[in-house]
Amino acid sequence: MIDRDTVLHVARLARLELTDGEVERMVGELGGVLEHIETIAQLDLDGVPPTTHVVEVANALREDEPRASLSRQQALAGAPAVADEGFAVPSPQA
Amino acid sequence: MSGLIDLSASQAAAAIKRGEVDPGALFDLYRQRAATDSLNAYTWVAEQAPKAPPQPSLGGVPLAVKDLFCTEGVPSQSGSRILEGYRPPYTATVVERLAQAGAPLLGKTNQDEFAMGSSNENSAFGPVLNPWDRARVPGGSSGGSAAAVAAGLAPWAIGTDTGGSIRQPAALCGIVGLKPTYGAVSRYGMIAFASSLDQAGPLTRDVSDAALLLSHMVGERDPLDATSLDFPEPIAMPSRRTLAGIRLGVPSELTGEGIEPGVLGAFQATLELARQLGATVESCALPHAPHALAAYYVLAPAECSSNLARFDGVRYGYRAADPDDLLSMYERTRHDGFGVEVRRRVMLGTYVLSSGYYEAYYGRAQRVRTKIAADFAAAFERFDFVVMPTSPCVAFELGSKLADPYAMYLNDFLSVPASLAGIPALSIPNGLASPPGGGTPLPVGFQLAGPAFSESQMLDVAFALEQALGFDGRAVRS
Amino acid sequence: MTPDFEPVIGLEIHVQLKTRTKMFCGCELSFGAPPNTLTCPVCLGLPGALPVANARAIHFALMIGLALGCELADHSVFHRKNYFYPDLPKGYQISQYDEPLCRGGELAGVRLHRVHLEEDAAKLIHLGASGRIHGSEQSIVDFNRGGTPLVEIVTEPELRSGEHAREWLSLLRATLRSLGVSDVNMEEGSLRADANVSLRPAGSTPLGTKTELKNMNSFRFLERGVTAEIERQRAIIEGGGEVAQETLHFDPASGALTTLRSKEEAHDYRYFPEPDLVPIATTAEMLEQARAAIGELPAARAVRFERDFGLSAEMAHLLAFRSDLGDYFEAANAASAADSGHAQQLANWVSGQLVARIGEQDPATSNVTPAALATLVELVSARELTNGTAREVLDVLLQSGGDPRAIVAERGLASLSDDSELAAIVAAAIAADPDAAAKVRAGNAKAIAALIGPVMRETRGRADGSEVTKLIREQLGV
Repeated sequence: MIDRDTVLHVARLARLELTDGEVERMVGELGGVLEHIETIAQLDLDGVPPTTHVVEVANALREDEPRASLSRQQALAGAPAVADEGFAVPSPQA
Repeated sequence: MSGLIDLSASQAAAAIKRGEVDPGALFDLYRQRAATDSLNAYTWVAEQAPKAPPQPSLGGVPLAVKDLFCTEGVPSQSGSRILEGYRPPYTATVVERLAQAGAPLLGKTNQDEFAMGSSNENSAFGPVLNPWDRARVPGGSSGGSAAAVAAGLAPWAIGTDTGGSIRQPAALCGIVGLKPTYGAVSRYGMIAFASSLDQAGPLTRDVSDAALLLSHMVGERDPLDATSLDFPEPIAMPSRRTLAGIRLGVPSELTGEGIEPGVLGAFQATLELARQLGATVESCALPHAPHALAAYYVLAPAECSSNLARFDGVRYGYRAADPDDLLSMYERTRHDGFGVEVRRRVMLGTYVLSSGYYEAYYGRAQRVRTKIAADFAAAFERFDFVVMPTSPCVAFELGSKLADPYAMYLNDFLSVPASLAGIPALSIPNGLASPPGGGTPLPVGFQLAGPAFSESQMLDVAFALEQALGFDGRAVRS
Repeated sequence: MTPDFEPVIGLEIHVQLKTRTKMFCGCELSFGAPPNTLTCPVCLGLPGALPVANARAIHFALMIGLALGCELADHSVFHRKNYFYPDLPKGYQISQYDEPLCRGGELAGVRLHRVHLEEDAAKLIHLGASGRIHGSEQSIVDFNRGGTPLVEIVTEPELRSGEHAREWLSLLRATLRSLGVSDVNMEEGSLRADANVSLRPAGSTPLGTKTELKNMNSFRFLERGVTAEIERQRAIIEGGGEVAQETLHFDPASGALTTLRSKEEAHDYRYFPEPDLVPIATTAEMLEQARAAIGELPAARAVRFERDFGLSAEMAHLLAFRSDLGDYFEAANAASAADSGHAQQLANWVSGQLVARIGEQDPATSNVTPAALATLVELVSARELTNGTAREVLDVLLQSGGDPRAIVAERGLASLSDDSELAAIVAAAIAADPDAAAKVRAGNAKAIAALIGPVMRETRGRADGSEVTKLIREQLGV
């Protein structure tokens, strides 16, 4: 069963802040959903290959041909913060 | 001019070609209706018709497009606050193809945030109301597209289906909704929910409209989507009147427990109708179908947890104000930008992929997926199509299922098996049924699922049933 | 008594491929372009954009795999490696995990673990205190580099010293350069190496705790960093301490190793198969194209050099894996008179004197033609030139090209062996130093050096030392 520490650990991995109340709620809700999901543990799946793609296709590649890039103005148009012709973020080294 | 509203999209396209209808007037009529929408079906409506390409085969019949399709310069938020104000610099392949074919963009429709939901209540724009009963949900996640088509606020629409997001709202709103074979329609420019399951498809008033719209969505594979496929042949316009020689399989696992009596009654009545039309109707087995929902709620959240990692407040959309540092920028942006259901699925998906759990959840779910596809393949050796209700219930009241996430997820149990198998599935209106406690009868959906690329034949069979059923949805288009 | 410890070093090398466009989109690669001018929806991680793999990047990776003798997978899969960082636009890196393109392989006695394809991160520029917003420091992201195709090469832990690591990496660089798949420039970052270092008691098998060294952006720094880390670990172990598993940052200015500070918990990358891409199925045609592009495989060429030219295994390997040297050697050999038997000497001259002078430059681009080198070796072999004067001639050739015979004639550098002129010079030297001559006559063999020196000075190196010795002994009757 999923506990508070697990929820906090997963929230950190997912970069999601949760309030104390949200953590409590998440413990209950995820636990409830996982209980239903865990029914697949009972199935005998030995020797069954996993399906990642429903259609058997390989090598859908592109030729090494250039396509037009966006202008810097277009690239930065939606950015919440811009500085020095780039996307500004709080420094990871700070 | 109200007579124009009664024309189906195919009829309108034909009338334009005959010179009887002016495409500009048609666009303006729908634009007016969309702009005064009281169902909250639209998130954005075009100011005017875009310049039409010469001699378009769809004539210029305007199209409502689910918010999550990227449209250049036009808000595309996938129903989320985290994409507040976002206007993409490019247009999704399928929207571009339809515009070229003569279905210009009328507006963007409301949806559950990032297509996660079965009621359209998880939208940053607020819920959409069901035109049959405004106290009830239209279904989701393509609730805005379904409600707009049902209410005559659009001639037709496109949506996306990951675990039932086209079929279920189509059923709850009394229209036609088709999820094509996975790979048939390009996903390029569709804001992703779960990449291995997402598929765009039409939501239309009738089967002919679905065939016409689909015929311009599929075709040559899109070089910008590595998972897209050439459609083996052009989509044929449906014309079948009988079901002679058609073999329908009825999976016992998906036609019994957990379905409202009214829905089941309507389903069985239509099976009888199919027999009268000449079809063979027999029961069949999809032994792993009862596990489809569990597998789906591992695979889809896992993929979404990764697909939604790009919403980090760096390049576009919402960023929390005054973050202390990088970590708090990420964590607060994503907390404030995502709604409750999206957070829940991101958490679930992150958990099932995390160290030590991968094989128990994701690995097993992928193996269940293999078994489900094999079950369908076995069924298609004996049957042309497998049939079942689309949704286990009629439209439910707003807010009634928000307290229990799993109760909401159960809405998908009849639609996710075909999603996991990647096969096409279609929902058509199957009359009306009263909700369990009684009350005004509401639309019910009848679902067909067929082998990959069987869309033309499926639409043909659905057409015969539609003609025999004679469903009339005009009441909610006033 | 302290046991003797042996260092165990493994390298993880990232090589930027020299394709025209990025790994998963059509943006051009260009070192030094203005910031954020080479981006598109795909490499900016815009909502809805999808990756499509670059066929030439796969071709280059197959060339590398073939050249390094790897086992090439006939089925290979891209995975998502999930983590948040501002230089990673999608919140995951598309990389390879348990089904890489190549496994195994070997270069110069060091076995390889695997070779796989992935995409590069963007460039993050730290603005420091000058760029504060709300009191926190800022960084700027430039996405031009983001999505550049990378090949990751991981060795087994089989290197034994900093010097060994540098030499081996230098050989790898030469191999990759000769394939033409990368600029392999460490300063510009198109070749990057991280090192895993641990110590274990000599002769034992289990590895000790390893540390990871980053930021060694030149061959010299790699050697210095690894050497410093070996010493650091040795001091800890000899002091009775334990080495901590950590990532260290090498500061080239001070030579110090510092722990990379990380606020994060241990990484959990949540790898899962990338649903937006389909597998790579290496076809016979793809293999054939890769094989044709590299011509003769270095390993096969080494065998041929050994067999046909009688070179030592080590020399054959060196020339074969630096294909520019191998090509030059073969050209010089072809220019030599048939059956001259000079192959070994030519190989020595190419790998020794020539490389000592031009380093990693392709000798074909130098002023020394292969024919000139062949002539030079012939002159030495025929004793028409001493080794010393031949080196002088080589310097002249490198400076201004030309024909060795002409240079010899012009500068009067021909050997004086077997020549009356030399006999006269020897006689003069004996006459000038009767003391030394007497000592030699009396049996003091060492005293002969005092007579040889003046002869060599007088002949300016044109005389062969052994010939001079012989003449002195003859003239003194010993």
